Amino acid sequence: MTGNASQVIPETSDDELVRRAKSGGLEAFEALTSRYEQRVYALAMRMLRQEQDAEDVTQQTFLSVLENLEGFRGSAREIPLSGMAAGAGPPISRAEASFAAWVLRIASHAALKIIRKRKGLNTVSLEEATEGSENMNSVPHPEFIADWRQSPERLVERNEIRRLLDDALTRLDEKHRLVFLLRDVEGLSIHETAAALDLSEANVKVRLLRARLQLREELTRVLGDPERRLTRTHHQHE
Amino acid sequence: MKCEELLAMLNEYVDGTVDPAVCEEFEKHMAGCNSCQVVVDNIRQTITLYKDGQPYAMPIQFRERMHDALRRCWREKHPAK
Repeated sequence: MTGNASQVIPETSDDELVRRAKSGGLEAFEALTSRYEQRVYALAMRMLRQEQDAEDVTQQTFLSVLENLEGFRGSAREIPLSGMAAGAGPPISRAEASFAAWVLRIASHAALKIIRKRKGLNTVSLEEATEGSENMNSVPHPEFIADWRQSPERLVERNEIRRLLDDALTRLDEKHRLVFLLRDVEGLSIHETAAALDLSEANVKVRLLRARLQLREELTRVLGDPERRLTRTHHQHE
Repeated sequence: MKCEELLAMLNEYVDGTVDPAVCEEFEKHMAGCNSCQVVVDNIRQTITLYKDGQPYAMPIQFRERMHDALRRCWREKHPAK
């Protein structure tokens, strides 16, 4: 971080930094980058699991922010993703777009593009890459149900847990993985997640549920206490 | 409350954003169904693990290269007057 960027008071809001950056303030732009780069990098690593690809996504994201900052106003308007590759998808069009949601949208698109390239698929729009008909009826029911042997607070201290978490995340379809990362890890609201990915809120909810249940299933099979496992016959319902 | 209805509202219940009337139905069901309570607990634990887990640290050298590149692009876009 440059000396000038480090002089930006941590409490300075994103909106204020965006305003200063739009006025030509490099320090403000660098402060915004410093504020979000780690989150973008972590999102990219969790989506792509390769350091070089994650670095590419991170740099592309902030180059895109630099190029398109003038068009970002954090209000209901079309925000073009100019500078992105063809098929970048429709612009954001929603009320009160937060800077965080915008940056994470750009990063999400960049990560999905790499995933599709890996699969040998043609580049398609973000909407095409993320839309798809899913509903609650297609969500699988829990199978392995048991209390965990340790609390999450204790588990995060164990080195092997990170590998377990990453492997479970990798086994999620990227559509579900991305929704989980944006909503549960990055803390975007359902509304923000939907706007970032050009999905309906209903679609986000189904994908989120599917991701949560699949991750729960995988982690519980490893972390659950088999002696306290509940079978499905124990489940009572009307 | 039937299983499918519970499943449809599970996200909101886990997040604490469910409608109070629905919440009451949920609570009523879970009072008599340990499996569902454990599933809800598991989901909350899962989210906590991912949120609190160690993030991937961005390599310092990459960060420096990226900031250098961004500064160059910035100066091309905003030439000094």
